[in-house]
Amino acid sequence: MPAPIRLRELIRTIRTARTQAEEREMIQKECAAIRSSFREEDNTYRCRNVAKLLYMHMLGYPAHFGQLECLKLIASQKFTDKRIGYLGAMLLLDERQDVHLLMTNCIKNDLNHSTQYVQGLALCTLGCMGSSEMCRDLAGEVEKLLKTSNSYLRKKAALCAVHVIRKVPELMEMFLPATKNLLSEKNHGVLHTSVVLLTEMCERSPDMLAHFRKNEKLVPQLVRILKNLIMSGYSPEHDVSGISDPFLQVRILRLLRILGKSDDDSSEAMNDILAQVATNTETSKNVGNAILYETVLTIMDIKSESGLRVLAINILGRFLLNNDKNIRYVALTSLLKTVQTDHNAVQRHRSTIVDCLKDLDVSIKRRAMELSFALVNGNNIRGMMKELLYFLDSCDPEFKADCASGVFLAAEKYAPSKRWHIDTIMRVLTTAGSYVRDDSVPNLIQLITNSVEMHAYTVQRLYKALLDDISQQPLVQVASWCIGEYGDLLVSGQCEEEEPIQVTEDEVLDVLEGLLVSNLSTPVTRGYSLTAIMKLSTRFSSVNRIKKVVSIYGSSIDVELQQRAVEYNALFKKYDHMRPALLERMPIMEKSASNGPTEIVQTNGETEPSVVEPKHLPPVTQPVNQANDLLDLLGGNDVVPVIQTTMPTKPASAGGELLDLLGDLSLSAIPPMTAYNKNGLKIDFTFERANPNPNIAVITIHASNSTEADMTDFVFQAAVPKTFQLQLLSPSSNVVPALNQGTVTQVIRVLNPQKQQLRMRIKLTYTLKGSPVQDLAEVNNFPPQSWQ
Amino acid sequence: MMRFLLLFSRQGKLRLQKWFTPMSEREKKKIIRDMTTMVLARQPRSCNFLHWKDLKIIYKRYASLYFCLAIENQENELIALEVIHRYVELLDKYFGNVCELDIIFNFEKAYFILDEFLMGGEIQETSKQMVNRSIEASDMLQETMEEYMSKPAF
Repeated sequence: MPAPIRLRELIRTIRTARTQAEEREMIQKECAAIRSSFREEDNTYRCRNVAKLLYMHMLGYPAHFGQLECLKLIASQKFTDKRIGYLGAMLLLDERQDVHLLMTNCIKNDLNHSTQYVQGLALCTLGCMGSSEMCRDLAGEVEKLLKTSNSYLRKKAALCAVHVIRKVPELMEMFLPATKNLLSEKNHGVLHTSVVLLTEMCERSPDMLAHFRKNEKLVPQLVRILKNLIMSGYSPEHDVSGISDPFLQVRILRLLRILGKSDDDSSEAMNDILAQVATNTETSKNVGNAILYETVLTIMDIKSESGLRVLAINILGRFLLNNDKNIRYVALTSLLKTVQTDHNAVQRHRSTIVDCLKDLDVSIKRRAMELSFALVNGNNIRGMMKELLYFLDSCDPEFKADCASGVFLAAEKYAPSKRWHIDTIMRVLTTAGSYVRDDSVPNLIQLITNSVEMHAYTVQRLYKALLDDISQQPLVQVASWCIGEYGDLLVSGQCEEEEPIQVTEDEVLDVLEGLLVSNLSTPVTRGYSLTAIMKLSTRFSSVNRIKKVVSIYGSSIDVELQQRAVEYNALFKKYDHMRPALLERMPIMEKSASNGPTEIVQTNGETEPSVVEPKHLPPVTQPVNQANDLLDLLGGNDVVPVIQTTMPTKPASAGGELLDLLGDLSLSAIPPMTAYNKNGLKIDFTFERANPNPNIAVITIHASNSTEADMTDFVFQAAVPKTFQLQLLSPSSNVVPALNQGTVTQVIRVLNPQKQQLRMRIKLTYTLKGSPVQDLAEVNNFPPQSWQ
Repeated sequence: MMRFLLLFSRQGKLRLQKWFTPMSEREKKKIIRDMTTMVLARQPRSCNFLHWKDLKIIYKRYASLYFCLAIENQENELIALEVIHRYVELLDKYFGNVCELDIIFNFEKAYFILDEFLMGGEIQETSKQMVNRSIEASDMLQETMEEYMSKPAF
């Protein structure tokens, strides 16, 4: 058989292939030749063949049939064979392969070879890809080599030990004795790898960490070495752009970080050297900045004195002004990490950070955006928001969703005024409307509902926005909802904040109907606009037109629209008496837990309005005329009946409190009380605070009956003074069982924005032994905690 | 620690692959594909750092070769750039004005040099001269034992 072609020859040949197919053909031919050569057990050319196989493996072709050959090469006595064999092993024989363990014996022998370069090969292979079993078997050899005086082997053994510890952490103890005088070495290779080994041990085991801090006095040793590196003159062997062994410096700084973390003594011992490195390091090249970066990270992590921390943040501030993009990126990343702990110091660099929003580099822009959001506070909200909105306008689509969410969150937390808040939201919806998250729509609707005095302004702005553009679905959904709710304000031109526009009912209905038929509207949006049109039937006078539209959609192909239209039709026909009550203004909505940009709530924006509507129904099942009875209860004006809710007359402060997401979460226990106890019927109130809004008191009534007969058709009604708002949920049942055998419970929610003393009039009706009973009572004995 | 080092050309052809953690062939291939796509798509004057899964990717272009190094999240990116540069200097010293063809035709030597510089995802030797001396001595060992004249062993 002719001698197999040389490696370089093969490479040359394969590179002449003009197509993938041609290359594949050549490779297949050569693989076949190599296979037969392997079968002949030819020692002379095995090395050459495996080398060729490794080349073809790099091109992406399978080479598993060479695995055993690598083993044979490793076992050979020739250095060339071993070299290629070990290389092949590292590329083809990782721990997932069955034959991996067969290497163990060879490696063991080579670890004890007379030639250090052979020992080096074995250590390298073991340290790169040794499996746990192999590590267990050979740890002893590695430990022996760690104590040798040969620095070439010592440094390799140290890294090999690191790998062993990573694979088999229990073996860490074994290497402890050998670390004793590792740091007294002069050889930088050994020093570096020793620091890596010590770092690995300290990171993995708190006991080791404590041991090295106290017993070994590691910190002073490291400080000494670092000092020598900085102070020593030019050393050609380790110099990089005028800095002596930057790799070692960085590694030492990192180990110091671990040693100094949460430890006062260690941190104090390193304060000086850190200050020295921070001030003396040359910053004209990347190397110097790499060391400064590591120093800053260390200063921020240990218990450094405040002067040092300020120095660190200033270094980062200088980084931000550096021409080198990498440095700016690294600065932004580090500032993001420190912004929580050193907020004020980072604030000083706010303008530079905001400038980075305009950087051309995508990675830098993203970091700058995250950092900008972290820096927004009550003082800088207006200025920051201007910049961020400008950024939102011009940034890439990949940023828009996160930016929009961030803007909403920041606006909710720090909005200086309602109008500003609504303007900001409008701006986001009009510029990045298609990118806002699904949960933004219900959140915004809630916000708008609760900003009572801004309703006219909001609906006017939204209407104008709709006239311009109906393609951005979240904007369209919010706008149609608002028009449905506040269309009467729109038509009557009540806006105070800006010039009111003249718009007729027909124009409004035109716009809403336009949404229904437009191709741009999603089914969800169509749902919104149909409901909005329906709501306008109680606010506008052109009811006939609305009836027509609704009946058309009764035969829509879209099932959701069809269902709505049919139900609304029923409202016009059979339940017309209920229509005004059902379509009344929405009450103030209780704020559910806020979602940050990181939580993507998969709510269909639709659920909010439809969820609130059914809640209206239970009180309405008591026929509507009872509402009129309640109006008589407190003799006139200061009563707000259960079903209908008007907006409280106090604007700003009430709104501000309602928007307070970060409300007091503490649930102090409020003692229960007995509200009524007469003729065998006892009604107890128990309290809980609605989380997170502290102005809403949630009262659960428990009605119990101590008479011998059941009380059937039991209805509980309540009324509160005008400054309060009340919502009554459905009762658990309307039969109160006799002889205290059970209770009927019902939940009342009272909104008390002015924190006035809670008073309530209750009306009870039930049937006992066939005769109806009715009673009125006043409840004044509410515990102070329930309304304070 | 470093997780992997890849060298590839501007057409996306792989020239060297060093993996510091065990991975299946399929995973390796996927990573190579992802890296080449991501890095080759970058604008010319962008910063040299990327995020990929939970790793930081440091890449730098030298002539027609891209050097792509993946490090764990707590590592220092700026010093990683220096690591790449140091490796290029070592190759340059060994081959004398190294170019892509040198690495193509002598890939095994590139690996040997790398294995004297890095090991197990960490730096092994910080002195350029030490690395060069070790490589030269190993090469000498090869030649003497094989008793080949000035031709490469294979």
